[in-house]
Amino acid sequence: MLHFFLKRLALAALVALTVSLISFSLLFLAGDPAIALAGEGATDADIHAIRTQYGFDRPVMEQYLFWLKNALAGDFGTSYYFKTPVINLIAEKMPTTMILGLSAISFAILLSIPLGVLAAVKPNSLFDRIALFISVIGQAIPSFWFGLILIVTFAVKLRWVPVSGSDSWQHFILPTIVLGYYATPAIMRLTRAGMLEVLRADYIRTARAKGIRPGKVLFKHALRNAVIPVVGLAAVQLGFMLGGSVIIESIFALNGAGFLAFESISRNDFPVVQALILIFSLIYVLLTLLADLLNAWLDPRIRVA
Amino acid sequence: MKHILLAAMIAHSALSITPAMASGADNNLTVAFPRELESLDAYQNSSRGGVILARHIWDGLMYRDPASGKYVGNLATEWRWVDDKTLEFNLREGVKFHNGEAFNADDVVFTMNYIADPANAVKPQRNASWIAGAEKVDDFTVRILLKEPFPAAFEYLAGPVVIYPNEYFSEVGTEGMGTAPIGTGPYKVTGQKQGERIDLKRYADYHSDSPKGKASIEEITWRFIPETNTQFAELISGGVDWIWQVPADQAERFKTLGDFVVSNESTMRIGYIGFDASDRYGDTPFDDVRVRRAVAHAIDRQGIVDSLLKGASIVVNSACFPSQFGCEQDIPTYDFNPEKARELLTEAGYADGFETPFAAYRNRDYAEVMMANLSNVGITTSLNYLKYAALRDKVQNGEIPFQFMTWGSFSINDVSAITSNFFKGGKDDYARDPQIIEWLTEADSITDAARREELYSMALKRIAEQVYWLPLFSYNTNYIYGAGLEFTPTSDEIPRFFNASWK
Repeated sequence: MLHFFLKRLALAALVALTVSLISFSLLFLAGDPAIALAGEGATDADIHAIRTQYGFDRPVMEQYLFWLKNALAGDFGTSYYFKTPVINLIAEKMPTTMILGLSAISFAILLSIPLGVLAAVKPNSLFDRIALFISVIGQAIPSFWFGLILIVTFAVKLRWVPVSGSDSWQHFILPTIVLGYYATPAIMRLTRAGMLEVLRADYIRTARAKGIRPGKVLFKHALRNAVIPVVGLAAVQLGFMLGGSVIIESIFALNGAGFLAFESISRNDFPVVQALILIFSLIYVLLTLLADLLNAWLDPRIRVA
Repeated sequence: MKHILLAAMIAHSALSITPAMASGADNNLTVAFPRELESLDAYQNSSRGGVILARHIWDGLMYRDPASGKYVGNLATEWRWVDDKTLEFNLREGVKFHNGEAFNADDVVFTMNYIADPANAVKPQRNASWIAGAEKVDDFTVRILLKEPFPAAFEYLAGPVVIYPNEYFSEVGTEGMGTAPIGTGPYKVTGQKQGERIDLKRYADYHSDSPKGKASIEEITWRFIPETNTQFAELISGGVDWIWQVPADQAERFKTLGDFVVSNESTMRIGYIGFDASDRYGDTPFDDVRVRRAVAHAIDRQGIVDSLLKGASIVVNSACFPSQFGCEQDIPTYDFNPEKARELLTEAGYADGFETPFAAYRNRDYAEVMMANLSNVGITTSLNYLKYAALRDKVQNGEIPFQFMTWGSFSINDVSAITSNFFKGGKDDYARDPQIIEWLTEADSITDAARREELYSMALKRIAEQVYWLPLFSYNTNYIYGAGLEFTPTSDEIPRFFNASWK
């Protein structure tokens, strides 16, 4: 298990490093960052000053290594736009994203696990078909479009919730649903598959034979076992949600790290973009690692593979 | 993704949506801007939103009346050129900053010396790079010293150069000014939540002689909403009262909702086609003036304005925005005439046409119409669609022979903000005409308005006659706001909420 853990950890670190290197290089592919930063119509003097000030005149690899060295020490530099330390900006905005991510994953679990269980109880029934339909729709609808549909329906027409902003808990309702719904299909399908397998197991038949109430068999004996891989999947989905929050937060003007990422990309604030890519990918890699370890702990066969 | 939505859905369900726009009963206004500001400090902020906000919080020595285009006094009452590098101002007495600090010559001298010092890295540099410093003559008289004669000085002093309170700024610095700004302007900042909103309140002691006038709206909430569609939803649901920069097709649909005013105003940004007329890229057909004239006749500029830009956009013939000082309109023009274009190409030895790369960075649809027009006369183009930074880099390095680009003149109402950049021998100059360079160099360094006008006129006539540039059209902006709001858009793209009121 220790060998497996170390191998996965090394791989995770490699993934994070690769992501940071690729994203750093991408910033330079879209043209001279000094010109991008100076904006439309800047004078040569403006561009030259920026190029020297931010060190864009040095080789890209040298810039990357310098950035990486500081990042490893927790120093992500200063935002070009706000002129404040990047880490402070992110610390200020991250709680909103975390609240959104956690509420969205909770919503997804609360919606998809019951649906998955019920679909498994009567496979191929009308209910199963409906559940399948819901999951297909969830995966097919682009989240920005779904978000706007909800805004038009619940904020513009019915006026039950505010359109955008992050002043109150009501502002989080629509983004939670949009972000959470995206994760629903995968969790629901896995719950259904797990339940179908478990429900065929001998111990369930034994439990039923002993005359235990069907509800208790379903939720106490079957779901407990079927839901274990779902925990791993939910962790990974939470990672996906951080990426999804970039779009959702900008649609709902939620002032979180996703919104910050969206804005920073459009205003060429490279240190913030870099730091957010690294932090988001680290969180994602860690969550994936946790899911791997959890699965390996539960199923020794994975450790060998 | 940006413009897909709401318009389609609004059109679809317009009848069932009842707009709930604010009536202005509380005399407050909520406006939405797409971009959060880097800082509220006017000199650490170069975004459009920051420029607009600064006009509400601070005042300049002068003010350009948007209706007449004339310069009038604001914090200054009178001014005169002492020599061509010294401007003297008499200042208005009895003006107070929002924190009670009295306005006097010390504030002006401090501000000018502060922004003139490169160490303070004022953004953008062009606002201050012409200022050498300032001297106090007495408590209400100052002299501003220029590095070189700079005829557009009034334009800056009436616009982005605003006056800071010296005592407050010395105490709090740019960080304090960035979070709790203090000015003499018609609105004061009462609070802000970074990335979400800025709260403004009408300044009760605003000086009554200001050409900006006394504001009518009591409180303004300045919100940041990046997504256009979300702005639409907020507008319809009454969350905001005013939005702008709405794409033409969406604006059309809002008109059908009825409870909103959709107004359109031209901006100073113009589109143009640049040619490699001086072999910077290499030997191209564009060396020949007949080919450049053929391009001018081939492109249906009016058609693009009518079908794509719409609104207040106009076809532009002279290489400047018509309202700019010195923008000569009596120049050779080229009508849409494909037959004439083919004749010119034949004359130039391109009877079978030719192939050329064509670069652009925005409005791909406009570029594609131009490509179709060119193809119609035998010029086959391959589009190289790049990000602005990448294209500008290539243009300045002489790597692009033929391109569709735009220029906004920084909303400066003087022709030097455009011609000096493109025809004075700099990196953007693909004409390199020594005669034009000479005229512009003289025009940019004298303050004699009549002589300047004459020199720009000669330069612009020659640019048009040689088609060193093909000016295309002016851009426009759509504003949408509640029907109860009195608001007048202006071509300098500076919404003046201090002049707005509820009916």
